[in-house]
This record gives sequence, C-alpha cells and structure tokens, in this order.
Amino acid sequence: MPLAKKFSWSQTALMIIVGLFSLACLFPFLMVISGSLSTEKDIVNYGYSLLPRNVTFDSYRILLLGSNRIVDAYVISIIVTTVGTALSIVVNGMGGYVMARRSFRYRNVLSVYVIITMLFSGGLVPWYIICVRYLDLKDSIWAMILPPLANAFNMFLIRNFMQSIPEDLYESAKIDGASEYRIFFRLIAPLSVPVLATVGLFVALGYWNDWFLGLMFIDKQELQPLQLLLRALISNVEFLKSSSNAAAMQRIAPAIPSESIKMALTVITIGPIVFLYPFVQRYFVKGLMVGAVKG
Amino acid sequence: MKRHGVLRELIQNRQLLVMFLPVATLLFLFCYLPLSGLIIPFKDFDFSKGIFGSDWMDPLFNNFDYLLSSDVAYRAIRNTVLLNALFIAVGLLFEVGFALVLNELRNKYFKRITQSLTFLPFFISWIVVGVFTYNLLNYDNGAINRFLEWLGFEAVDFYSNAGLWPAILVIALRWKMTGYGTIIYLAALTSIDHSYYEAASIDGASRWQQIRYISLPMLRPTIIILTLLAIGRIMNADFGMFYAMVGDASPLFPTTDVIDTLVYRSLRKSGDIGMASAAGFLQSVIAFVLVLASNHAARKIDRDSAIF
Repeated sequence: MPLAKKFSWSQTALMIIVGLFSLACLFPFLMVISGSLSTEKDIVNYGYSLLPRNVTFDSYRILLLGSNRIVDAYVISIIVTTVGTALSIVVNGMGGYVMARRSFRYRNVLSVYVIITMLFSGGLVPWYIICVRYLDLKDSIWAMILPPLANAFNMFLIRNFMQSIPEDLYESAKIDGASEYRIFFRLIAPLSVPVLATVGLFVALGYWNDWFLGLMFIDKQELQPLQLLLRALISNVEFLKSSSNAAAMQRIAPAIPSESIKMALTVITIGPIVFLYPFVQRYFVKGLMVGAVKG
Repeated sequence: MKRHGVLRELIQNRQLLVMFLPVATLLFLFCYLPLSGLIIPFKDFDFSKGIFGSDWMDPLFNNFDYLLSSDVAYRAIRNTVLLNALFIAVGLLFEVGFALVLNELRNKYFKRITQSLTFLPFFISWIVVGVFTYNLLNYDNGAINRFLEWLGFEAVDFYSNAGLWPAILVIALRWKMTGYGTIIYLAALTSIDHSYYEAASIDGASRWQQIRYISLPMLRPTIIILTLLAIGRIMNADFGMFYAMVGDASPLFPTTDVIDTLVYRSLRKSGDIGMASAAGFLQSVIAFVLVLASNHAARKIDRDSAIF
C-alpha cells in the first residue's frame, strides 16, 4: 500500500500547525531586518512591516561609520567570546580530565568539591560584593569572562565522555613515560573533540549573548559589550550623538533615524549567530541529547 | 601510616592536582567565597568595612523584619512562584505536544526545516527578544497595534497594562524555548522501539490510541524528571528575561516584579544592601531545600536522571 502518497487530512492539519508556529518563530527576524532597511518616515507612517517600502542603508552607515561606539562594542564582544570560550575549554577540559582519571584515588573528593557549587549558592548580593570589593573586577574586561568560567555541569559532561575512553589508553601512555599534561593535551583532548566542541559552542553562545555580567560590573562605556549597547540604544538613541564622530554622523543623516537604527543594531548583534546557525545547529542538538542521557 | 598514604598519593598525582588548580581556584572565588556572604543580611553592611568587618545588625533580624513587612517583597515572592508555575505548566504542554506532532509528520524535509526554524529563537539573547517584543507591542508603531487599528479597534498601551504581562511573558518564553525544549522529548520519542507501534497497529489501534498508550507512557519518566528539576528552581526567576522584557517599566511591576529583579534593584539602583541580601538569603535557603528535595524525588524515579 503506497502509504506516503495518500493524501491525509490529519497530516495536512499537523503540517499547518507546525508551519504556522515555524513562521511565527521566523517573523520577528524578518520584521527587524525589514525595519533596519526602512526609512524613518515609512516606519512612523506605516509601522513596521515585513518588506521595506523604500530601501535605505542609512542606519547601517551611521552605526558603522558615524559611531565608533558600535565598533568598540563589537570588538569587546568578540574578545570576551573568543578568550572566554578558549579558556573555558582548557580549564573545564582539564577539570573533567582529572575527575575522570580512575587511577587517582581522590578524584571523587574533587567531584564533590565541584558538585557542591551546583547545590549551594550565596545569591546575587554576596557574589556581587565579592567580585567588586575583594576581586576588584569592577570595570574590568575579566569581569565578563572569569565568573562563569568554571562550570560544574560542563565539567561533568566532559568527565563522562572521558570516562568512556578505555582505561588501557591512559595506562599505556603512562607506561610510555608520558606526563599527565602530555596525556591530556596530546591524547585525550583530541579524542574528546566531540564533547569539547559541543561544550565550546554552548559556552561561546553564552558569552556572545551575555549582558548580565556587563550590567553588573561595567559602568565604563567603552568596555560595554554589544548586547548592553543594544539595550542602552533601545531606551535612548540620543546617546549616539555624544560619540566622538558626531560630525561624520551629521553628514550621513541630519536627523538620526531612531527606529530603524535600533533595528539595524539588532541585526548587527544577531548577525553572527544567524549566519553561523545553519552550520552549528546539529552540534547543539547532539549536545542536548548527550546532556539528556546523563545530565 | 594512613596519613602517609594520603600524602604519597597526592605527591604521586601532583600533575593532576596542578591541572585541577584553575578549576579549584575559580570555583573557590566565585562560588565558595560568596557563601561566606550569607551572613551579610545579619550585618549592618558597610562597603568600606567589608563582609567580616561590618558590625552585626542590632537587632540581628532587622533586615528580615523590614523585608517581610514590605508589600513589595511579598508581591515579588508571589509573582516568582506563580509565574514560574505558569511557565512550567504551559512549557510542558507545548514541548510535549510539539514533540508528538513533529514525531507524527511524515515529510522529512518539512520536519527538518520547521525544526530548524523553531530552534532558532533559542540562540538569541533576551535583550533581542525584548526588542522584538517592543516592535510588536509599542503604542505608536508596533505591528500589533497597527493591525488592531487596521481592523478598526483602539490601540492597546501594552507597556502600562500590567494585567496582560503574564500572558505576554508566557508567549515570549514559548516562542524562544519551545524548539529547544522539544529536542529532548523528540529524542526520547525516536528512541522508542518501532515494534511497539507495529504490534499496536496490527491490533487495530489508531494513531491517537498509539500516542495515548505508547508514546505518552514512554515519555513519562522524562516528563516527570524535567518537571521536578524545574520545580526545584521555582524560587529562581530568569532575571535575563524579566529585566530585558520589562526593565524599569514600573507600571508593570504588580505582575512582573520577581525576587531576582527586586534584589537587583535594591542592590544596584537604590543601594539597599540590607533588603537585597535578606531577600537573596531567603531565596538561597529555600532554593537549596527545593533542589535537594526535587533531586531526591527524581533519583527515586530514575537513578540516572538526578543531577547528583
């Protein structure tokens, strides 16, 4: 019986439900892109729409040429994301490795030390006071990198993967006289690329999207990451005028197109993610399934 | 003799200890040290004197008395628990439902494309979701208000109408997280042995009956465990969501002010560290008990699903 060819009402109905929800997920993205390309007049007169009536790149020109704030913020976000992700893979990788080494009798003591951090939390206020008063992280770029760096959940994901690597491999490397550092960097880490890459992608996404740490610790404007700048811009477009390139901005557009500029900065902020999404999506799905098997 | 063995074991594995040092240090600084700050609500905290240098509060529970006598704190606790309960219930319905629907679809390409589209919102920050929401809801040129006007209705001032916000937050959360939440359920569904369904259909079971008597029971452990773990976190609101969506719009606070936003405001805006730390203290203690209890329950149902 050619089942697949048969027209089915229930299949059609399900496809419509799923299709509508998918479109709803896509819709805001299209609206923002369209808004960023629209003229201010069209937005004020007709509201946001799916397709721009008159296409203009003015907002992008103002953001990228007229204001160095945006470029600065972009650089900050890129530094935080790359440095944070690289450190996170090395630090959590090594932590997971130590907890995975069966020959080390006290590995479980270390595991408990890590697990406790998942259970107890001092809360926001003590954490903030420690970071600001004792660790002097206020207005430091490290404030956006270090606090979430060591992560118990990620470390256990890595440990579980490394425990599935045959113990003989560790032992034979040991007998060959390799140091633990060498075994980790040359043997185990390359074998653990699947889990390290997955953790790395989640961590990178977290750093790129983070604005909480910036909100808590960064008051200095030139250190603010992109996400925070977007938030500032939404509540007040005028601050762009205070940047040093006000003259250049004036040349591009006499009046700042406030609505479309918000949309343009949104597009710039989510650009890298949306661009990379098709390539990395399946790794995220895989990572989630690994996490689901043993959280 | 035993002490000697411990020392020897440690010296023998000194390289491993060195490799663990970064993790140990970071966790100590950012997780263990703040635990000492749990005494802050009992202190008359002075930034220049530090956590231990500050004087004890007199009377000791003054900050808690002050906190619990304020309507704002009561409102924040109520909002946190009620909104989280709403989020958990609606989330469960959407995620399981969507996974079941996707699982029924026969067209592979359609399934793959729609799954990609619904997963996409997970990747953007709440700040951006806040912008999207603003685009849809703002009074002057928001898409929804334009649409309402086009239909001949009056525009709604969403940003001063607190009653609508539980619904708005639920919709935004579902928009962002349904695709993500579905993945785990879908994984559980695809791992179900096909022979169950074959046997059922030979016995004349309809698709609906197969869902009711095979798929759902097979999902049960996953559903229970994910829900329990979510209940364990019911006192902790997603600060990112609330702050990005609502921010400082105080007309919306009656329905949207949660413990986390209250603590943040007291700490960073009004500088009321006593109140902020007392609220945070209560939250930490209750959260700790709830996490232990829910994890214990999860472990009883399925040993492997507990966090620890």
